[in-house]
Amino acid sequence: MSSRRSRSRQPGTSRITDDQINQLVSQLQQLLPEIRNRHSDKVSAAKVLQETCNYIRSLHKEVDDLSERLSELLATTDTSSAEAAIIRSLLMQ
Amino acid sequence: MASYSISNPEANSNRSRESKRKKRRKMGSGNQIEENKMEPARWKTEAEQQIYSSKLIAALRQVRQNSTSTVTASPAGGRVIRETADRVLAVSAKGRTRWSRAILTNPLRLKLSRINNKHKKHKKMKVTGDVRSKKPVANKRLPALQQKVRVLGRLVPGCRKLSFPNLLEEATDYIAALEMQVRAMTALTGLLTGAGVRPEAVSSDRLGSNLS
Repeated sequence: MSSRRSRSRQPGTSRITDDQINQLVSQLQQLLPEIRNRHSDKVSAAKVLQETCNYIRSLHKEVDDLSERLSELLATTDTSSAEAAIIRSLLMQ
Repeated sequence: MASYSISNPEANSNRSRESKRKKRRKMGSGNQIEENKMEPARWKTEAEQQIYSSKLIAALRQVRQNSTSTVTASPAGGRVIRETADRVLAVSAKGRTRWSRAILTNPLRLKLSRINNKHKKHKKMKVTGDVRSKKPVANKRLPALQQKVRVLGRLVPGCRKLSFPNLLEEATDYIAALEMQVRAMTALTGLLTGAGVRPEAVSSDRLGSNLS
């Protein structure tokens, strides 16, 4: 793999074994929902990294959207009923 | 018999020492060995999500008390909530990961960068262009791979100049934490939505799906 050559050329980095990298990449792969459904052996490291970046970006966007909705809900809904619902849910948990 | 009497207090003291060590480990201060290993499964537990939800609610209530209601209604309210949610998420990480520490120590920098990115979207492209030119093109290493690593380092807070294996570890934990954040905020949104329409039925349904 080309990564072995690149690691040795880069100054200052510690000797990271190829197996270690592969293991970490495969572990990352397991988290990604898209790649999990496909054959996990044939996915290259670049694809895993790309999917990781895309996934993190989509998660960020989801959190942003949820924040927007939450801000609207908190502003418009009645304070007492919203807090009552939340307190009720906490009590039931 | 004498050996028993001698060995028993030793065993007791050993056991008490071990239990003390275990107690300390449970409290989280001595988790040095486990810290290096990834524990992203922690974010999948129901307990973690509930802890996060309650902390988030408390933080949001405090934010609302500090500012007037008109502030939350403005478009900036979403950003405030996003940052509050991120901060609470970082607190839930208990300082074990680099991204959580970065979120907690640099709130201002994140705010400024977000405002900058919103106004100047092309600025991001410029930065990647600089990064590409700095790297020697003659290197046999695939520039695409290195580029993706850098992008990943920028996406995970506080991990720009991290070594590759550490970066992957941080990214793994960060992704799991983000997933939990999305789940908790979705549940909270559903709860608040239900509160406006049908307080009893909808919220209990959502709870049922959460508790399962």
